[in-house]
Amino acid sequence: MHHYKYTIDPITRIEGHLGIEVTVDKNVIKEAKSSGTLFRGFELILKKRDPRDANRLSQRVCGVCPAVHAKASALCLDDAFGLSGKITQNAKIIRNLILGSNFLQSHILHFYHLAALDYVDAKKAVGDIAPFTPRYEGDYRLDNKINQQATAHYMQALDIRRKSHEMLAIFGGKMPHNVGIIPGGVTEKPTEDKITNFLWRLNEIREFIDNCYIPDVIAVAKTYGDYLKIGKGCGNLLDYGGFEINANTFFKPGVVSAGLELSELNAEKITEDVKYSWFSDQTTGLHPSRSETVPQTEKKDAYSFIKSPRYDGKVVETGPLARMVIGYLQDKPQIKNQIDSLLSELDIAAQDLFSVMGRHAARAIEAKLVADTMAEWIVKLNPDEKVFSGYQLPETAQGTGLTAAPRGSLGHWISIKDSKIERYQIISPTSWNASPKDDKGNPGPIEQALIGTEIRDKENPFEVVRIIRTFDPCLACSMQLITPKGKKIGEFEVV
Amino acid sequence: MTTKENNSNPPTVKEIPAIWLPGAGCTGCSVSVLNAVSPKIKNLLLDEIVPGTKVSLLFHATIMAGQGEMVIEVLKDTQKRKKGKYLLIVEGSIPTAEKGKYGTLGNLKGKHETILGSLKELGSNALAVIALGACSSYGGIPAAHPNPTGCKGVKEVFKENSIETPVINVPGCPPHPDWLLGTISSLLLGRMPELDDVGRPKLFYGTLIHENCPRRADFDKGKFAKYPGDEGCLYQVGCKGHYTYADCALRQWNNGVNWCIKAGSPCLGCVEPEFPDLTSPFYEKITTEDIKSCITTNTQSTR
Repeated sequence: MHHYKYTIDPITRIEGHLGIEVTVDKNVIKEAKSSGTLFRGFELILKKRDPRDANRLSQRVCGVCPAVHAKASALCLDDAFGLSGKITQNAKIIRNLILGSNFLQSHILHFYHLAALDYVDAKKAVGDIAPFTPRYEGDYRLDNKINQQATAHYMQALDIRRKSHEMLAIFGGKMPHNVGIIPGGVTEKPTEDKITNFLWRLNEIREFIDNCYIPDVIAVAKTYGDYLKIGKGCGNLLDYGGFEINANTFFKPGVVSAGLELSELNAEKITEDVKYSWFSDQTTGLHPSRSETVPQTEKKDAYSFIKSPRYDGKVVETGPLARMVIGYLQDKPQIKNQIDSLLSELDIAAQDLFSVMGRHAARAIEAKLVADTMAEWIVKLNPDEKVFSGYQLPETAQGTGLTAAPRGSLGHWISIKDSKIERYQIISPTSWNASPKDDKGNPGPIEQALIGTEIRDKENPFEVVRIIRTFDPCLACSMQLITPKGKKIGEFEVV
Repeated sequence: MTTKENNSNPPTVKEIPAIWLPGAGCTGCSVSVLNAVSPKIKNLLLDEIVPGTKVSLLFHATIMAGQGEMVIEVLKDTQKRKKGKYLLIVEGSIPTAEKGKYGTLGNLKGKHETILGSLKELGSNALAVIALGACSSYGGIPAAHPNPTGCKGVKEVFKENSIETPVINVPGCPPHPDWLLGTISSLLLGRMPELDDVGRPKLFYGTLIHENCPRRADFDKGKFAKYPGDEGCLYQVGCKGHYTYADCALRQWNNGVNWCIKAGSPCLGCVEPEFPDLTSPFYEKITTEDIKSCITTNTQSTR
């Protein structure tokens, strides 16, 4: 059977519900379809509510990275309430510490608990028990010692990610779904005891990143060197920047074209196509501030509940890889040093970062940069300075909140009328990365990363799941079986 | 690290199989349970949670090694071979509009498995169901107005389909990890927890937040916060602690580090069936009487 299709459903160890269908010819992926299979309708639920409630409710989009939705929505409301420029340095730092803590928990969780079981032979270490089996069999290549160490770090990482949340809760109140970030600032004051409690948890996490996370990623990348060559993707990158400090941001916004050319971000160039999504065609091609979400489940050619965000009409990837490459091209010294030493350690060229292992490595380096910088921020907190600036709810207003999120770039857009939410739109990082084809027929970033990949073992298509998981998608996936001629056996059937 | 050798269970250890079904949710309940401290998540996966009994977590989409058909087969196999013997933990709401089309769980032999269909099959054959979180208990966030996908809680779906498997609601957005692990321990010890009138274990949801609130003295003195984060009782800035039954004030969150009201935020009422529609606007004062009068006029209420 030379020509066949796969549908893997569910793709586990990601957040949410996503579907991937790949068409394979002579062992090479020719076509890939990424499809979100759960629709909850947040944008519809948020309509007519008190704008401040978006700050709490939008976090419920994702329980793995709710803090960043709180951040994006607070920035969006700050903008709408006329508070931009009035947020105190203390409030900015505390928001950064909350968001940074979630970056650390998200990146550590992703590598050890979501991705690692594709490389680490946990069965060898803990025995043939659920949930570590059943699984794909075969391609577990780590030598015994590294395998054992990585499994031990899997367990240790459970504690470390938990402590990242405890650290977050010091200023966020609780986690998941923090209550500390609000429009105008934050609710917790930076007292000396909180600063110390935060700092010492952070120190332990930094030690883990330096001594376990980064070395483990490098060990896996060296063993699976062929994964520095596959999963390249579209080559275009985008990031909104994030972590406000003084009048700047720690990560600076930017856009990179496939030829590694850097340009300035212009958020007006963002649009969302829906030709291949289960939404009304009347809403296609609009900027998110003017966009609507009108579901339509019976639609020819549609295969996803995700829209197709595009920048200046182009397919772009977002995420830690994008941020590291943008920072490198902006000559940001910390990023340059880390990336240069990674390239020499792995003996690879910059282009090889556009790969399965390159994304894992970029994520690990980003965790280190964020953690190290958080240690600089926390000592700048001033227990005597305010953390909140008051405001009046406007009757009519517009707002935009753009921020770096663990999985890429996150945007919230609001329109307020009669002091209620008239329209709320969210474009999450995974909407960019797991988007279906756009109106011009160009496949999304994950789809492009899959196309052209050779599948070595048809029964255990490791390549497919390793490529998908390196993007850290925020959905749960699906993969269906189709006959050799490409005729679909898998029609939608309601059970 | 538990090794292969010392992990092999002596024959006296009883294994309770468990399936963790992901509905229309955000995975926040799972992440909250990852934050458990005593026992830790590692203990839940590998060890005897109560002496002599351990949970065998056969299916959890966010942590399990396998994917695709092989894991959907785990579901089918469990409901057939372990009928009446497994515990079903449901996270997330159940989309029922258009026969469940808005949420699928996976694909087996070319057929989409809807969350609704899977819940009906797995629920009918389970020993007991724990509806974990606001969404699976009462519909929660996706069921908020206008409820675009017809989301419902587990008990409501069971009622409509005459499924009689006992359901324990462990609500919260997310629930505290102790609330789940304590409920599991009760079941492993062979005891059905005593439930209140909305199906929650009284052990965790037995007292009003307001009764144990550290800001109660401020309320009594009439000292009220003007903004979240201010000192004083948060009633005027929307606190729903006067309506909400949970032990957050005593237990606290994230290893006892903090909790909503301590952090200066009003309680959102996230463990109540009326969350989020009737406990919001979150930052506006709403009296218990206001909420109760809305429930009486709202026929959709699941209370």
